[in-house]
Amino acid sequence: MDFSFTEEQTLLRNMVQSFVSDNYDFDMRMKIVRSEDGMDRAIWQQFAELGLLAAPFSEEMGGLDGGPVETMVIMEELGRGLVVEPYLPTIVLCGGILNRHGSAAQKEGHLPGIIAGENIWALAFNEPQGRFNLADIVTSARAEGDGYVLNGAKAVVLGGPWADKLIVSARISGDQRDRDGVGLFIVDKSADGVSTQDYPTVDGGRASEVTLENVTVSGDAMIGDAGSGLDILEEAVDYGIAAICAEAIGHMKMLNDATVEYCRTRKQFGVPIGSFQVLQHRMVDMFMEYEQSVSMTYMVNMKLNEDAAARAKAAAGAKVQIGKSGRFVGQQAVQLHGGMGMTEELNVGHFFKRLTMIDTQFGNVDHHLKRFAAA
Amino acid sequence: MDLKYTQDDLLFREEVRAFISEAYTPDLQQQMSRSKNGYMGKDAHVSWQKRLYEKGWAAPNWPVEHGGAGFSPTQKFIFTQEMDSAGAPHPIAFGLAMVAPVIMAFGSDEQKQRFLPDILASNVWWCQGYSEPGSGSDLASLQMKAEDKGDHYLCNGSKIWTTMAQHADWIFCLVRTAKTEKRQEGISFLLIEMDSPGVKVAPLVTLDGPAKGQQEINQVFFEDVKVPKENLIGEENKGWTYAKYLLEFERGNPYSAGLNRALSKVRKLANSVASDGETLADDPDFQRKANDLERQIMAMEATELRIFSEISAGQNIGSGSSSLLKTRGTEIKQDVAQLAVEAIGQYGFPFVSDTQSSANTPDVGLDGAPIIVPSYLNKRKETIYAGSNEIQRNIIAKAVLGL
Repeated sequence: MDFSFTEEQTLLRNMVQSFVSDNYDFDMRMKIVRSEDGMDRAIWQQFAELGLLAAPFSEEMGGLDGGPVETMVIMEELGRGLVVEPYLPTIVLCGGILNRHGSAAQKEGHLPGIIAGENIWALAFNEPQGRFNLADIVTSARAEGDGYVLNGAKAVVLGGPWADKLIVSARISGDQRDRDGVGLFIVDKSADGVSTQDYPTVDGGRASEVTLENVTVSGDAMIGDAGSGLDILEEAVDYGIAAICAEAIGHMKMLNDATVEYCRTRKQFGVPIGSFQVLQHRMVDMFMEYEQSVSMTYMVNMKLNEDAAARAKAAAGAKVQIGKSGRFVGQQAVQLHGGMGMTEELNVGHFFKRLTMIDTQFGNVDHHLKRFAAA
Repeated sequence: MDLKYTQDDLLFREEVRAFISEAYTPDLQQQMSRSKNGYMGKDAHVSWQKRLYEKGWAAPNWPVEHGGAGFSPTQKFIFTQEMDSAGAPHPIAFGLAMVAPVIMAFGSDEQKQRFLPDILASNVWWCQGYSEPGSGSDLASLQMKAEDKGDHYLCNGSKIWTTMAQHADWIFCLVRTAKTEKRQEGISFLLIEMDSPGVKVAPLVTLDGPAKGQQEINQVFFEDVKVPKENLIGEENKGWTYAKYLLEFERGNPYSAGLNRALSKVRKLANSVASDGETLADDPDFQRKANDLERQIMAMEATELRIFSEISAGQNIGSGSSSLLKTRGTEIKQDVAQLAVEAIGQYGFPFVSDTQSSANTPDVGLDGAPIIVPSYLNKRKETIYAGSNEIQRNIIAKAVLGL
């Protein structure tokens, strides 16, 4: 057993941390969020130059051969800076699917562009009626000739407005919520029949509603075997959960530090408010929520390579922890900052918003507690 | 003991309901249902309050001699319950419910004549200048200065969290008129016209992301603002007494009817959210949470009835009771808002700045969705303002438990 980081992993953390603190302070972040594009392409290019976009990919593809722990370290540090650039959808979700399940041709065709920062990807797996059930898919993939014709609507595709390529889940066969019969398809966002409605998100990102109308893709646009898409998708979402758990502990650490500091310096009734026991205990509870979240985040990232059932149990358990702890830490950080915590001027509220949406992302506490019990 | 209303009370309730169904128009209902923070535009509030004024109900808490509604305590309770059940906006409190009682109790006859009729008729909009950047829960530490210059005061300083200051014609301020050892003793209560030279309003943008001009709170700056002495309420350096008197009017309101309405809206929402081939309303986890909230609201309502029947019997509402109502009411309110966030799931992501004017274009995914998360974020203020819930618990500990 070993919970320590290697020297390389520590160097990676230091590098991301100093990049974020030098180039992505709160003012910069808000400027990016409020810009027309909503992300900073130059920052993305710098991510490529620093090797962040190569981290989880194999060396033969030009990657750095990192594993879940490297991704965790990167996500935690991006979380501390509330970075909005699409590392999760492009690298963790879509890059991860291609890396683990793509054909040789798909990897060679797509990973270099991702690693170089030339292409941005988004995972279109939600549907309007689907809520948190990954198998609840109405979008159809009808076999035609060598390829498929896609029809349907995908909901809340995070990072969608920036993406050049989408990975879309669609039903090849079976009924609406069947496990079998799901395919994952690489779709060019500029392809005929693809249309999007883009919008900003509550937590400072961008997303799209995607409509597919008779979109034709070739047979080699499908990832994995026909009909096994759900296994691949579930695995990808668990990798995504492990990554946003790391992002969330970055948020919580920042909130806890800021709250303790504020309560040390903010004086009311002639004393720092941190001298009040009721607030001390609150901050202790925030600290304990954070520590348990860190433990669960390490745990799930170390279990991603295990069999599907163990992985699902770990991911569901961690997601419940993050959902609950993130909510508590976010709410109390605002409460202890008082009125200032309610304004957009402090970063506190922005961390709180992101933590609120992290609970929803990939399924909330109730959803994952059910999944935890079933796994 | 008897939970039933008298026949007269029931008739009164019918009258209130009839008024609401006519005066609370679909347009106003729409504006309220599209609001992230519980406020509409200025015109909508003013027109609504003028309807109440015409009916004679603008000021349920005022004495009849000043134009108050003359409600009995039970009628007041019913009135608030019915307004909240309908989701109708509360009249903006700063004039009618806050400064007016102070003017009545401590103002000169001339001040009463000058200010009260316009407040009653909603001809002027008031805002409140209490908190300062360095003075929140510890209000007596306030710094805004008012120097005696003979016929006027020269005011310098700033006030913060000033709700709807951008619409206000007047602000009532606590200002420091003397440096005294006991901080409470050098404070005065001053009325300042917002268009006086040197007054500047800067918006504070809250987490719910209001559109430009629709911000809920502001910081108000005063730079060498000349305020005529006739705008002083009561005696110089006695403002703290008046301020405390006013704070009694900020608390002690019933919550249950508004909470029930909010919960029923979440239940309705859950009926339209698909979940595993059924609706979310069929989900046992959702049901359990909604049922438990309904039960908590029932306990709230029963507590409110107990307290208000004591008031009807002529007893004063103790500070412990109003702190209890504020603490539980705001916490349940936040829990209901949280359940709504859970209910809409992924459709909590889309953000819309101006939800009022987007009413005519379809919301992404789910009708009404863009209001849900911003409202949840906005409602975090409930446990902070009007004396944070930590302060309320201190009050109960001291006043009730004697600790």
